[in-house]
Amino acid sequence: MPIAPGSIGIVEKKYFTFADPPNEMTLESGGKLGPVTLAYETYGQLNDQGDNAILLTHALSGDSHAAGYYSENDRKPGWWDFMVGSGRPFDTDKYFIVCSNVIGGCKGSTGPTSVNPKTGKPYNLDFPVVTINDMVRAQKHLIDHLQIKRLQSVIGGSMGGMQVLEWAIQYPEFVASAIPIATTSRLNAQGIAFDEVGRQAIYADANWKNGDYTLNGNIPAQGLSVARMLAHITYLSEESMHEKFGRRLQQKEKLGYDFSTDFEVESYLRYQGESFIKRFDANTYLYITKAIDYYDLPRDYGSLENAFKNVNSKFLVISFSSDWLFPTVQAKEIVRALKVDGKHVSFCEIDSPYGHDAFLIRNDGMEKMIADFLSHVYDD
Amino acid sequence: MSPYRLRHIRLDLQLITDLIDPNSSVLDLGCGDGALLRKLFTEKGVHGHGVEFHHPSIYACIEKGVPVIYGDLDEGLNDYPDKSFDYVVMSRTIQVVKKPHIILNEMLRVGKIGIVSFINFGYWPLRSQLFFRGRMPRTKTLPFQWYNTPNIHLSTIKDIREFCRAEGIIVHKEINLVKESAKHPLANLLPNLFADLAIFVLQKNDD
Repeated sequence: MPIAPGSIGIVEKKYFTFADPPNEMTLESGGKLGPVTLAYETYGQLNDQGDNAILLTHALSGDSHAAGYYSENDRKPGWWDFMVGSGRPFDTDKYFIVCSNVIGGCKGSTGPTSVNPKTGKPYNLDFPVVTINDMVRAQKHLIDHLQIKRLQSVIGGSMGGMQVLEWAIQYPEFVASAIPIATTSRLNAQGIAFDEVGRQAIYADANWKNGDYTLNGNIPAQGLSVARMLAHITYLSEESMHEKFGRRLQQKEKLGYDFSTDFEVESYLRYQGESFIKRFDANTYLYITKAIDYYDLPRDYGSLENAFKNVNSKFLVISFSSDWLFPTVQAKEIVRALKVDGKHVSFCEIDSPYGHDAFLIRNDGMEKMIADFLSHVYDD
Repeated sequence: MSPYRLRHIRLDLQLITDLIDPNSSVLDLGCGDGALLRKLFTEKGVHGHGVEFHHPSIYACIEKGVPVIYGDLDEGLNDYPDKSFDYVVMSRTIQVVKKPHIILNEMLRVGKIGIVSFINFGYWPLRSQLFFRGRMPRTKTLPFQWYNTPNIHLSTIKDIREFCRAEGIIVHKEINLVKESAKHPLANLLPNLFADLAIFVLQKNDD
């Protein structure tokens, strides 16, 4: 596939390692981890003052590949490609864009699939539980390594939005602005419930073996696939599924009256599940969903107002009208607390039929707001 | 910008700006494209934000660097503590909300001072259209048909005065405008008949 016009073109994944023993990173759980490697990508140039950087934080199944292509033959660009490039909201003529795979991930950063230096084998479930706070503190090591003195903004959707909130709280003097999108300060019971069903699907796969499988052998593909199919439904909306599939049959004229695939939507979900197992790891899925479930700012700080008390970032909070996984009411809780604290905050619920995944789909309102908001932050 | 507030906008803004102390905090309900707040930030060192429901207006605010919160005034101002702003402004917005009596009291709970500008439905050309033609009035300020107008709670200057009296709201100042002028002699002679727009400065103390 040819590289789309306006794209930043070919990009390269890089690696940064820190926390070599005996200086391991202490995790929020109390566990220690080291050495820690983060896979990351950068687009654009850091200026001499080191203050034109923007950090993009990815969602559950995302990675460091936010934009561009790895090769001429690459089928798809990075997950937020339409946002990054010359003249795009994250303008590479102006900003230095950084995106890293989270700690605990499986796309190049240290996670359950990495080799435990103590045993010479993959960590699997010996990997310590990581939290959103751990992800952010690990990213700070990378940002310091890159000689970045100030982040113009931290921006991300879903779990990426949780990292945005955490950055603004942990490093109030370092983060000029924060754009949490389609996110929450704590997942609701429904969200935890969906994550748990996904985990149960993995546990129930005979190949999971309490996490003790190898990527070269039999992996819990069926379990991970079902987990992804379920999760994928929660990222869409009733309206968008109806629009996309309706009750159309999959390559047949009549119902089969058997248990083969009848409907297009079934075929689509199976495809989503099958393609996911090629790019994601089941144990990693368990760890990352746990990190999302654990995140709870009101619990950690007594109240959300208290959590934001010391933030200095200007906020632009965005939600989507059809997102029922991270509904607007949760964005409003964040906005309310920031307002009570007298912080600089803007908020917009964008009309979109695409559900939670709307932030990954082109939207003129979202693109314009982010570009305009960033330009004012940078000018100030 | 919302279609029902096309006229007078500059003078409106200037007069409201003149009423606001430097370096104070301002909440602008139905802030439109953020022009008033932008002016207040630049000229008076004010801080604060707007509330707006109309997406193109929200985008226009962000473009100007004006903080804005997407919100429906009909849902009230529950998020805001008592007297948390020096001023709460509502410029040509009162006529579109579903429960003006609630939002007026709410703005005076949240703000130490409330500034309301509104279209005077007692303005003589509107009266004459109704009287002589027997039809719902339509003007450049009120361009809609009866069935598609967003202006569902129009009032006269006398109505607002009476409302304030009944609700125990103090009217500190009344500025009556006619044809974009605050100095028109007729506007102050018989405002309910000759003013097409009025700005009231209000206050309500705790019971």
